[in-house]
Amino acid sequence: MAITYNLKRADFIFRNENDWEKILNRTLQRDKQELINELISSELKGRGGAGFPTGLKWKLANEAVSDEKYVICNADEGEPGTFKDREILTKVPFKVMSAMAICGYIIGAKKGFIYLRGEYKYLQPDLEKIIAEFEYYCKEINFDFTINIFMGSGAYICGEETALFESMEGKRGEPRNKPPFPTNSGYMGKPTVINNVETLAHTYTIFKHGSKKFYDLGVQFSRGTKLFSVSGDTPKPGIYELELGMSLQDFVDEFGDGDTKAVQVGGASGFLVPRKRFGETAIGFKGKLTGISLPTGGSMMLFNSSRSMFNVLDNYLEFFREESCGQCTPCRVGCQQLHIGIKAVKQGAKPASYLDKLLKLTETMQYTAKCGLGQSVANSFSSIVENFREEMIY
Amino acid sequence: MSKKINITINGVVYEVDEGLTILEAAQSAGINIPTLCYHKDLCIAGNCRVCVVEIVGQKRLAASCATPCQENMEILTNTLNVRNSRKHIIELLLSEHNADCTKCYKNGNCELQELAAEYKIMSQDLIGLVPYKDYTIDMFSPSIIKDDSRCIRCQRCVRTCAELQGVNALTVAYKGDKMKIATFFENSMNDVVCTNCGQCVNHCPTGALIEKNYIEEVWEAISDPDKHVVIQTAPAVRVGLGEEMGFEPGERVTGKMVAALKNLGFDSVLDTDFTADLTIMEEGTELLTRLKKALVDKDKNVKLPMTTSCSPGWVKFIEHMFPEYLENVSTCKSPQQMFGALAKTYYAKARKLDPEKIVSVSVMPCTAKKFEASRPEMHDSGYRDVDIVLTTRELAIMIKQAGIDFRKLPDKKFDRLMGESSGAAVIFGATGGVMEAALRTAYELVTGREVPFEDLNIMPVRGMDGVREASVKIEKPLENWAFLDGVELKCAVAHGLVNAKKVMDAVKSKKADYHFIEIMACPGGCLGGGGQPIPTNPEIRAKRTQAIYAEDKNLPIRKSHENPEIIKIYKDFLGEPLGKKSHELLHTTYVGRNRY
Repeated sequence: MAITYNLKRADFIFRNENDWEKILNRTLQRDKQELINELISSELKGRGGAGFPTGLKWKLANEAVSDEKYVICNADEGEPGTFKDREILTKVPFKVMSAMAICGYIIGAKKGFIYLRGEYKYLQPDLEKIIAEFEYYCKEINFDFTINIFMGSGAYICGEETALFESMEGKRGEPRNKPPFPTNSGYMGKPTVINNVETLAHTYTIFKHGSKKFYDLGVQFSRGTKLFSVSGDTPKPGIYELELGMSLQDFVDEFGDGDTKAVQVGGASGFLVPRKRFGETAIGFKGKLTGISLPTGGSMMLFNSSRSMFNVLDNYLEFFREESCGQCTPCRVGCQQLHIGIKAVKQGAKPASYLDKLLKLTETMQYTAKCGLGQSVANSFSSIVENFREEMIY
Repeated sequence: MSKKINITINGVVYEVDEGLTILEAAQSAGINIPTLCYHKDLCIAGNCRVCVVEIVGQKRLAASCATPCQENMEILTNTLNVRNSRKHIIELLLSEHNADCTKCYKNGNCELQELAAEYKIMSQDLIGLVPYKDYTIDMFSPSIIKDDSRCIRCQRCVRTCAELQGVNALTVAYKGDKMKIATFFENSMNDVVCTNCGQCVNHCPTGALIEKNYIEEVWEAISDPDKHVVIQTAPAVRVGLGEEMGFEPGERVTGKMVAALKNLGFDSVLDTDFTADLTIMEEGTELLTRLKKALVDKDKNVKLPMTTSCSPGWVKFIEHMFPEYLENVSTCKSPQQMFGALAKTYYAKARKLDPEKIVSVSVMPCTAKKFEASRPEMHDSGYRDVDIVLTTRELAIMIKQAGIDFRKLPDKKFDRLMGESSGAAVIFGATGGVMEAALRTAYELVTGREVPFEDLNIMPVRGMDGVREASVKIEKPLENWAFLDGVELKCAVAHGLVNAKKVMDAVKSKKADYHFIEIMACPGGCLGGGGQPIPTNPEIRAKRTQAIYAEDKNLPIRKSHENPEIIKIYKDFLGEPLGKKSHELLHTTYVGRNRY
C-alpha cells in the first residue's frame, strides 16, 4: 500500500481566539438539527481512541427521550504517554466548555460534568474559576447550563466511559455491560453524551469554521486534525496538532532521533510498529486507506535501538496487571498470565513456544473481555511479541 | 403480551419475547450455554465471560447472559472461536484458583469443576498464579469459612449480600490482580456486619464460601457410648433433603429422613416442629400481652410492632442495623434454642438422663443457626443448649458416608416427647408461616373460633412477594379479650433481609403501623435457607413451598395449641405461657452491635 502524504501541522485547537462568547451565542441561535448535520458531515470521530462518530452520538442522545440528560467531558486522561487533554484544559478551557454547552443545547441537557483525572487535581482551582465565569455568561444570555467538576481518584479504568459513570455515581469504577449504551442510559441511567476533551474542542472548531474546513483536512475515514502526545526517544517531545492520514515514516522523519526502532502508537493499549512497517502504516482510524487505528487518543512513543522491547512490554503489562478493574476473567487473569508468562520465557522456565500459546490467549482476551480496555490490553503484547520475538527469548 | 421477535440460534429460527437475553432464549430452546457468574436470583454481572457466544456480523463475542436478543440476530453457540474462548476462560480461572479439588469441601459440587470436566481441561498450560497471591482462609466464624484461594471473583456472593440481603458484608476490594472479595477492613466474617445467613454460601459456585461443618463432631458423639445424642430437625429440612438424595425438588422426605437419622445412630430423633408449636404459644401470648398493655393499660413503654425472633440471621441483622428496635423483637428464643433448653431439662428429667451426657444436635436449613447456638445467651439449661448444628447439606453428607440407600428407606416416625407437631409448626419453614401459625392460634385463643379463612389457609400471608401485608379484624372476642373487640390486627411479612430493611425503614419513618411483623432472613423463608441444597433458585423455592403446605394440609393437627405434647408440657413442666419457667428457659435477650 503506497501512501504519499506529507506531515501537515495544523493549529486549530490551541489557537486562542478569545471569541468563545460570540461563537457560543451564535451557535445557540442555530437549529439543533442543522448543528447535528454539521457535525455528521464533518465526519469527526471520537478522539479518546474508540473513534465513534461524534455527530451520530449527539444525534442518538438528542433522539433519546428523557426528562434529564447529561453532557460529560472525559478528562480522565490516563493512557501512558498521553498528555494533550491537560494542555487543552489549561490553555483553551472555554472552547471545551462552550462545546459542552452546545451539546447540552442540542440534546437537551442542562448539566455538564468534567471528570478530571485524579492526578490533575492542581488544575481544579483554575478550572473552577473559569467555570464560574462561563456559567455567568450562560446566565447572561439566558442559557441554562451548569458545569461541575468530578474528581477522579486515579484508577485508569475510570477513563472507560461506563466505569466513569459508575465512579461518578459513587460506586466502584467497573465497566458496565453494553448495551445499553450511554446515549440511552449513561450517568444515573439517563441519556448521556460523553466525549473526550479533545473531541469537544474539535466540535468547537467545526461550529466556528464550518464542517467543510474540518472535513477537507485528513483523509477518507480519518478527517480533520488530531493532537499527538510525542514522547520517548525524540529530540522534540511535546504536543502537536497534525492532520490525520500521515504515514508513520513521515512522522518518524520529523520526530525521530535518527535511530528509531519502533513506535508505540496509541499508548500502552495501542500497537507497536517496527521500523520495517513505518512506510506502510498510516495514522488514522481503521479504514481502507489507513493501516492502523488510534486506540487511545494519540500517544506516540518513540523507541530507539538502545531500548529493550522486553522491558517495554514488561512495563506495559505490569501497568495493566494493576490497572485492570479485575471484574472480568480475560482481562484480570489474562494480564497476569501475559506478564508472568513473558518473564517465564525470558528466564527459560517456559519454552519459546509458550509465546505462541500466549498469543492465542490474547485473541481470547480481544474477543471476550467486557470493555474496550480489556479488549485492547493485549495489543501491545501481540504487536511486540510478533515483531520482536527474539528480544522476548534471549 | 410482550412483543415477539425472531432470532436464529445455530441456524434454527426461534420466536422469542423481546427483551430476553441470548442466554434465556437459548435455555428456553433447550440449548445449554455454560455460566458461572450468572444466577437466577441475582442481577446480571457479565463478568466471568464463560457464556460467550458469536453473533454473526460482530467482531467480538458477546456475553449471552448480558446481551438482549434483537430482531433477526444470528447467534452461534458452538463455533471454534466460542469453544476456544470458553476453554481459555476456564483455564484462566483455574490458573488463579486453588484447584486442589480433593481437599475441597465442594469437591463434586463445584460449578468450576463441572465446567473443567465438561471442557476436558486435562493439562494446565498456563502458569499457576496461586503462589503469587497472598490468599487467606477465614475460619473464625462459627458458621462460614471464606477461602480466598478458591474464589473465582464472580461476585455472586457480593450481589447476594447486597441485593437479597441488603447487608453488604462482602464487597469487592482492590483492583487488577489484587482484586478480591473482602469484608470491612478485611476483618473476619465473625467480626463484621455478616448475619451468618449463608446465602453467599448457597450462591457460591466454588468452595470459596462454605459452611463450617461439624460432621466429625457428630460422628464422634454418636459413637461415644456415654453420650445420649438427640437430634432435632427443622421443618424446612424435610422438603430440601430429598434434592441431595436424588429426588426432584419439592419431594417430602420426612419419614425417610427420620429413618435415616435412626440408622445413623442418634439415640432419639425429635422434631424442632414441637418447639415451633411452643414458640407459637409463647410468642402469641407475648403479642397479646403487648397488645393488652398498649390498648388497655396505655403503657407507653410497651413496644409495638412486635417482630418474630425465629430467624437468627434476622436477629443479628436487627442487632447491627436497627439496634434501637431490639425491644420490638419478641423475647422468644427460636424453636431450635427452645428445643435445646428443653432437651437438657424437661427431656432429660422425663427420660431420667444426666443432662451433662446429652449431646444436643440440630439439623437446620441454616448456617446462622450455628452462630445462634454459640451465643453466650444460649446456656439456660445450665449447659450449652444446642451443642452442634448441622445444615441440610451436612446431614446429606453423613447419610451418604453411612452408605444408606436413602431412596429405599421405609418411612419412620419421630420419637416421642418433643416429637409431635402440628401443621402450623411445619409451615414455619416457609415465609409467612410463622404469621399464619400465630394467627391460627391467637385468633382462636381470643375469639374461641377458628380463623375466618377457608381450611385454615391464610392465603394473604402466603406467597413470594418480598413484603406482604395482611390484617385480621377481631370481632366478638371472648370475655377476657373484650378490649380487642373491633381491633384490626395489622401484620406484615418480609423475607430476604433487603425486604426486612424496607419494613423496618417504614416502621422507623412511622409510615407503617403494624402490630406484628414476621421476618425471615432468607428468600422464601427457611426453605430457601443458606444451609439448604445447592442450587436454590426461585423455581426450586416454589417447589419446596408447595411441599411445606402439602405437609401442613396432611397433618391431623393443624393448630399449635392443639398439639397434645404442647398441652402436656405446660401441664407437666412449664405451667403457662410466659410463666416463670418459660422465662427462664424459652426467652432471651439481644445485644446491639455496630454497623460495619
